[in-house]
Amino acid sequence: MALTETPMQAEKAQTIFEKSKSGRRAAALSATEVPEKPLAELIPENLLRAESPQLPEIAEPEIVRHYNRLSRRNFDLDTGFYPLGSCTMKHNPRLNERVAALPGHARLHPAQDPKRAQGALDLMWLLQESLSEICGLPHVSLQPSAGSHGELAGLLLTRAYHADRNEVRTKVLAPDTSHGTNPASVTMAGYEVVKVATNERGGVEMDDLRAKLAENADEVACLMLTNPNTLGVFDENIAEIASLIHEAGGTLYYDGANLNAVMGHSRPGDMGFDIVHVNLHKSFSQPHGGGGPGAGPIAVSDRIEPYLPKPQVVRREGSNGHGPSFDLDFERPKSIGRLRGFQGNFGVFVRSYAYILSLGGDGLAEASETAVLNANYLKARLAEGRAGERLPIAFDRHCMHEFVLSGKPMKRDLGLATLDLAKRLLDFGFHPPTVYFPLLVDEALMIEPTETEAKETLDAFADAVEGILAEAEDNPEIAKSAPYTTPVRRLDEVRATRRPVVRQQLG
Amino acid sequence: MATGSSEGTYPDDLRYHEEHDWARIEGDQATLGITWYAQDSLGEVVFFDPPEVGATIQKDSSYAEVESVKAVSDVIAPLSGEVVEVNDALEDAPEKVNEDPYGEGWLVKVRLTSPEEAETLLGVAEYRKMLDR
Amino acid sequence: MTRYTSATPEDRQEMLEAIGVGSVDELFEQIPEPLRLGRPLALPDGMSEAEVYERLAALAERNADAEAQVCFVGAGMYDHYVPAIVDAITSRSEFLTPYTPYQPEISQGGLQVMFEFQTAMSELTGLPVSNAGLYEGPSALASAGYLAIGATKRKRFVISRGVHPHSRETLRTYSVGYGAEVVEIGLEGGVTDVAALAEAVDGETAAVFLQSPNFLGSVEDVEALGAAAKEHGALLVVACDPMTLGILKSPGECGADIALGEGQPLGNRLDFGGPSFGFFCATEEQIRRMPGRIAGETEDVDGRRGFVLALQTREQHIRREKATNNICTAQALNALGAMVHLAWLGRSGFRELGELLVQRTAYARERLAALDGVELLHEAPVAREFAVRLDAPVEKVLDRVAERGIAAGYPLGRDYPEFEDGLLVAITERRTKAQIDELAEALGAAVAAERAGGDERTAEAEIAEGVA
Repeated sequence: MALTETPMQAEKAQTIFEKSKSGRRAAALSATEVPEKPLAELIPENLLRAESPQLPEIAEPEIVRHYNRLSRRNFDLDTGFYPLGSCTMKHNPRLNERVAALPGHARLHPAQDPKRAQGALDLMWLLQESLSEICGLPHVSLQPSAGSHGELAGLLLTRAYHADRNEVRTKVLAPDTSHGTNPASVTMAGYEVVKVATNERGGVEMDDLRAKLAENADEVACLMLTNPNTLGVFDENIAEIASLIHEAGGTLYYDGANLNAVMGHSRPGDMGFDIVHVNLHKSFSQPHGGGGPGAGPIAVSDRIEPYLPKPQVVRREGSNGHGPSFDLDFERPKSIGRLRGFQGNFGVFVRSYAYILSLGGDGLAEASETAVLNANYLKARLAEGRAGERLPIAFDRHCMHEFVLSGKPMKRDLGLATLDLAKRLLDFGFHPPTVYFPLLVDEALMIEPTETEAKETLDAFADAVEGILAEAEDNPEIAKSAPYTTPVRRLDEVRATRRPVVRQQLG
Repeated sequence: MATGSSEGTYPDDLRYHEEHDWARIEGDQATLGITWYAQDSLGEVVFFDPPEVGATIQKDSSYAEVESVKAVSDVIAPLSGEVVEVNDALEDAPEKVNEDPYGEGWLVKVRLTSPEEAETLLGVAEYRKMLDR
Repeated sequence: MTRYTSATPEDRQEMLEAIGVGSVDELFEQIPEPLRLGRPLALPDGMSEAEVYERLAALAERNADAEAQVCFVGAGMYDHYVPAIVDAITSRSEFLTPYTPYQPEISQGGLQVMFEFQTAMSELTGLPVSNAGLYEGPSALASAGYLAIGATKRKRFVISRGVHPHSRETLRTYSVGYGAEVVEIGLEGGVTDVAALAEAVDGETAAVFLQSPNFLGSVEDVEALGAAAKEHGALLVVACDPMTLGILKSPGECGADIALGEGQPLGNRLDFGGPSFGFFCATEEQIRRMPGRIAGETEDVDGRRGFVLALQTREQHIRREKATNNICTAQALNALGAMVHLAWLGRSGFRELGELLVQRTAYARERLAALDGVELLHEAPVAREFAVRLDAPVEKVLDRVAERGIAAGYPLGRDYPEFEDGLLVAITERRTKAQIDELAEALGAAVAAERAGGDERTAEAEIAEGVA
């Protein structure tokens, strides 16, 4: 492998602070206009700042150039395939950006009197109704800001539900393979995690579930699950799981990370779940933004409804020839209260509602069908040739929207770790799949192609994996030192954590 | 990850715990640390979160944490006692746990409260045998 | 309606053959039959792009936004001018569409932005460590409570009534989970009652929460108020408005252990409340207890400068139930907007903007206080927002002023029963002297009309009652 430096690699990373030069500026501000007074007359001297913060001093053209150049050091979904398992990297329609930017949405103050924000509240109501139908649960709160925030909400709702029945419950069950947010949320909500074993299909180990319920009789508040599970397989015992938890007096929580597999085909509410969070940035096309923003609305059953966060959007039927009106309801005596400021990530609601309108009920069902078709096709392609031999499927049967391969034979036979394969894929212009998750699969690769990828893209990805494995048979060292073509090569993460440098030291 | 016991070193004068911890017992005091196998499994150590001097530690229970970039590991006490000293040098140089696990990479010194517990620990041959299993 | 997919009938046939099934339905057979929906979703069919646009535009039309009305409402989110380059940069695919930077080799752009953002927020708050962003302001404050419990092993919070009501409510909600007690300290003359605060803080107190400027707009003497926290070993947590940090003494200089707040005023639009971001800065001592993502500087194998996510063992995906927080977003795109806005303002512009706000706010405060039936609610120093009392029903006055195309402010009675007659008025650089004069004129007239009996009902009020 010839190590010629690419032009981007040769470009030394420089921060905007390092480009600063005293006396330059971009901002053009208007004049004060009003009669001015000395600052110290308005605010006591001891509360004033002696020196301005050292922000960069730089002209607008150079700011634009700086961030455009930085942008080119990112890989993104609009440029290439991004098969991150459980992340649902589907296309982000630009129509949604356009409607979210309409001044009636973008410049609407969150404290505007509800009677002068009827369009916004109507939109929130319509989105609530849509999510309610998709989840099969009658009530929705849009307030949580992300999936993890929805989890915390769901656990606090569970706590309020039991407290209202004078029950004190201290344990929450979660599969040992659950996403890390689940146990982290459990602790923040004041519960203790009890791990439930996973069977070889990635589903709940029923005997262990029964045992844990018996050991913790009257103490189990909730079971948190993802279905389809982390192996991309539908847990067919879900109805029985639900009745076991309900008999034990607990609630059943659905982590909606994998909802994209089942929209219009199966509903968490019908499976027996009491509380569901929906990741609008996964199934409902909100762009991920390089790590946020998103939104994590929750849908709940009747028995949980009294405790929903406040305020709730309510619809009131019109009278005297007027149409219905919408309001924010703060009079919710059993509510867990607020989880954040104002009404939630409204800009995300606009995009997701536009997405739901674009696809319609039929289109959502078709999106899930195509997501499942694409996943099974890519799984079939990767079962051929070298990939089939070196990267066997962790659980061999039809998957839903994603599947998990094990790199164990590849590591054993070629000395190539999953991480090496992932890094080599970067040189071929692909974002790697999720790696080393779920933990129950050795050297795991979790692949979710989504419905918006063309067959040609899936074929090209399968070919690239095949090519890397063939290359490694000849010379495994190539992949072990990959990537070569990216703006930087493998980075020293140890150093960044041993002696963290988390800001620039300014003069 | 772990590459087995063959590459590791395990001094004869130490007592070992199944959770890959060692103790160097000197009178009523002991110096504690993690074994070569433990540091190798963990990878490059980036942080040691020590107990406070004066804290009581309990045999078979966690008394501290060591971290690599992408893992956190509880450190299990091989013996019970009161912490009399912690290795402050690890704050600036946690890599010593990897480079010299039995020397400069020691973690804490304790005054033993139940010195007889030492009898339950493994000798080097037994510990090696356990690793080979 | 099929949308955003590429699979043709021929593609589908080929793919099904490769899989070895006859139809897509077969793939769904793993869902037990009783759990299959077996009917179409009860949602409208898909629509064309133009139809969707019209539908959403019609909804937007029914909102009185800050383009339709002159907006003097603040209360935590402000109608600042967002420079055009913010939109241009945040709408680039390379920033808009990637996931979290788990593969640093192809995420240097986003990671470097995080590093720059952290540097900027550290500068603003005067604290050495910043994370890359949290959901938004109030939940950031609640997260500081979780950090304080971890740091002090205590479970009692003392919070000023001057802290944003949404933040106080959010802290209460979270505290049920934390098992923590929340004690609220009242206001005296528009600022936190220093004697009551000193009395309330004890050796069991994990954190003292202040906000400056507080919800009533008053600049608090954080140093003086924080003394009680220092004395008892509690963390001092200060919520602040980033737009005032060019002129006000930074929380770090005032002795804060944690400075945090709502980031919307920096480069983010109002969006009816979100998405925006929360910022969170702390002392070095707290770096391993910080919530959220943190970017750090390092080098690649060839010695090139680069950036990675640092200190990941704090986070939920590694430490699970022992994580410092459950959050797994950084609101990266919103934080980028803030960074671009800050770079655009620059060192001098940022300070000038702060001064502009103070001057115009002082002018507006004077103008409104001079009106008949309007008086100051407090005389504490203010920076960009102030509170007045109206000798007339506030909501009715607001309806009248709204008819003149002005949103006059935030009715304090929504959150403070003791200030039922209170109105909170906010100033941004968009609010010109002419608009302030117009507000004064309209507010004076509305108060006068209501004091005169308020018989002539406004057209808006009639509509509102009609639909109620």
